[in-house]
Amino acid sequence: MEGGLVNDMRTIQRTDQMEDMKISAKDVNVYYADNHAIKDVNVEIEDKTVTAFIGPSGCGKSTFLRCLNRMNDTIDICRVEGDILLDNEDIYDARIDPVQLRAKVGMVFQKPNPFPKSIYDNVAYGPRIHGLANTKAELDEIVETSLRRGAIWDEVKDRLDAPGTGLSGGQQQRLCIARAVATAPEVLLMDEPCSALDPIATAQVEELIDELRQNFSVVIVTHSMQQAARVSQNTAFFHLGELVEYGETGQIFTTPQDSRTESYITGRIG
Amino acid sequence: MPIFWLVTLILVIAALGYVLARSRALASAGGNRSALHSLPSYYGMNSGLKIIVPGFGLMILWLLAQPLYVDSVVSGMIPDAEIKEGSSRGLLLAELRRTAEGIDLAISKNIMDEEFARNESTEFADMTARLKDAGAVVTSSITQPIMRGAQELRVLSSTGRWLMTMAVILVSLAGLFWSLRETNAEFRARNVVEQGVLALLIGAASIAILTTIGIILSLIFNTVEFFKLYPAMDFFFGVEWAPSFSGRGGASELGVLPLLWGTLYISIVALAVAVPIGLFAAIYLSEYASNRVRSIAKPLLEILAGIPTIVYGLFALLTVGPMLVSVFGDGGALGLNWQGGGRAVMTAGLVMGIMLIPFVSSLSDDIINAVPQAMRDGSYGLGATQSETIKQVVLPAALPGIVGAVLLAASRAIGETMIVVLGAGAAARLSLNPFEAMTTVTAKIVSQLTGDSDFASPEALVAFALGMTLFVLTLSLNVFALYIVRKYQEQYD
Repeated sequence: MEGGLVNDMRTIQRTDQMEDMKISAKDVNVYYADNHAIKDVNVEIEDKTVTAFIGPSGCGKSTFLRCLNRMNDTIDICRVEGDILLDNEDIYDARIDPVQLRAKVGMVFQKPNPFPKSIYDNVAYGPRIHGLANTKAELDEIVETSLRRGAIWDEVKDRLDAPGTGLSGGQQQRLCIARAVATAPEVLLMDEPCSALDPIATAQVEELIDELRQNFSVVIVTHSMQQAARVSQNTAFFHLGELVEYGETGQIFTTPQDSRTESYITGRIG
Repeated sequence: MPIFWLVTLILVIAALGYVLARSRALASAGGNRSALHSLPSYYGMNSGLKIIVPGFGLMILWLLAQPLYVDSVVSGMIPDAEIKEGSSRGLLLAELRRTAEGIDLAISKNIMDEEFARNESTEFADMTARLKDAGAVVTSSITQPIMRGAQELRVLSSTGRWLMTMAVILVSLAGLFWSLRETNAEFRARNVVEQGVLALLIGAASIAILTTIGIILSLIFNTVEFFKLYPAMDFFFGVEWAPSFSGRGGASELGVLPLLWGTLYISIVALAVAVPIGLFAAIYLSEYASNRVRSIAKPLLEILAGIPTIVYGLFALLTVGPMLVSVFGDGGALGLNWQGGGRAVMTAGLVMGIMLIPFVSSLSDDIINAVPQAMRDGSYGLGATQSETIKQVVLPAALPGIVGAVLLAASRAIGETMIVVLGAGAAARLSLNPFEAMTTVTAKIVSQLTGDSDFASPEALVAFALGMTLFVLTLSLNVFALYIVRKYQEQYD
């Protein structure tokens, strides 16, 4: 029933999508020690779109997301095989510095994780590390634009020196998004960014995601199919470590090709 | 009956009570366990508790009270005329007790019999002669009243002991019958036993707290005593530490400042060694080391904490001291001639620093590990390197906890004794040269109380004032450290 609604919206949006691939993953396999977590995943992520990864818990969608900026490197037992190309460059190539990569592919986490610093310092953290600002005025400028992009500027502009940990959950998450935006990434990965938020804060973040699409390619992992339908243009359905189906969001929700996708979106599995 | 047998007897009665109550409970339910309110063993334990607690309780109270009563009776038997110039009732009472012990010894050697020992008309000269034969210590102060007192003391003690044995056995048996009477299927034995356990736990906690209070009170009373004999201003602001030895007379200079300065100086050197090394070790172990390295290195580091401080003291005295002299001393490698002998602030400070390394590193390691992984992920996700993440996110987040760890280490350094006694020397001195011998508050407490000391003289009582100073110092450091650590704990919730 919800599929029909979504379909109408998506058909309009489909026309202005450019066939511009930002990330393409080929035959990606991920192992945690002996556990085969991701099996032969192939996916093409378009630029300036929102791509949603959906699927039941433990299906590997978060693991795959973390492969896209090599966050899995920090886990000793994790092993990644296959090619992931960002702008046609293999990000697992030995010449690629994972630190540089993560500056280009930013990440927002499930639980808001502001640093125990002031709001200003939270946002200025990335720009300072990467030397994006030459003067204090430039840094102020970056902080303000990022906070505006994070749709939180009006709420915090009078207390930039207050600790970021003192904000409410929804504000913290928007601060984390602003923080990720401040490093001027090309791709923004979001791992269930609304799972710790109430419906109002979720609506604010979703609205924000839609705005971010103008500048970035956004990949969002979500448990909520409504959320995927609301914010994304493309949707990938993962099940048991496999990419079952990938396509335009309206099509996935209205005419799924695979019976497993249909079962999941109609609530029979997952 | 000796106490040992009495204790055994109570335990036997308790065991009997356990078995009887258990079987009685089962019998009252017709052998059906599920009809009982509690498990059968609870009925047994209830019975055991009701025998042991009153039995031992009465015994302990009696043993505490009886000597007080006997002393007061016997002391009344010493006429005032007996108390000579320069003597006191207390001294005569001690003499009297010694005589009573001598009589016991003589009886056990068959030099006199019980009847002679009790006979009121025994001449004290005869008694003295026999005591001498027995090899007991006899002094000239044994007189007729003293001997009579000793005889009375023996009689009273043995009667008291006999009465106690009877009373304790009676109370235990009463407990046994009471517990057996109340044992039936409806009786809530489990609740009673758990009340008993609760009382036991409360008792343990109050003993811990009361002894602490007792120690503090004894410190305070003795300190007050000291300040009656020696002006507080001279103690707190005096820059000279020169106690005259007791008995030789002459005024002592008991200024605490040189000792406090030595304590602080050595602690600062120790912390300057321990904090950077310990902290860097903790950062390596918690952030960089692989699990394999960590599992080997951490226990190895913690072995340092298990070495007794006296061994560190030996290390300071025999290894570090001479080594420092060969570098900074007369004709040393640097040709500086700063250091006269092996014992110096530097020697003690360095070794104490080594002792504190595991303390700092272990605590900091825990604190760094407590920083949520989400913080690190957030930083890595923004393209920060590991080193940037540690410097700018992990350490600032862990800083209050690390400060707490350093303060705890400081309070240990201030209270340390053995390393100082062996490594820093005994000269109380106000000097800035770290290669000179100095001493600390703790080392001076040791030297003021070792050997013959008259506990009424300011030279001995000053130890309590020093102890109090030290206690206040470390207590405030600990409170401050706890305050900071607690403030830090709230941060991630």
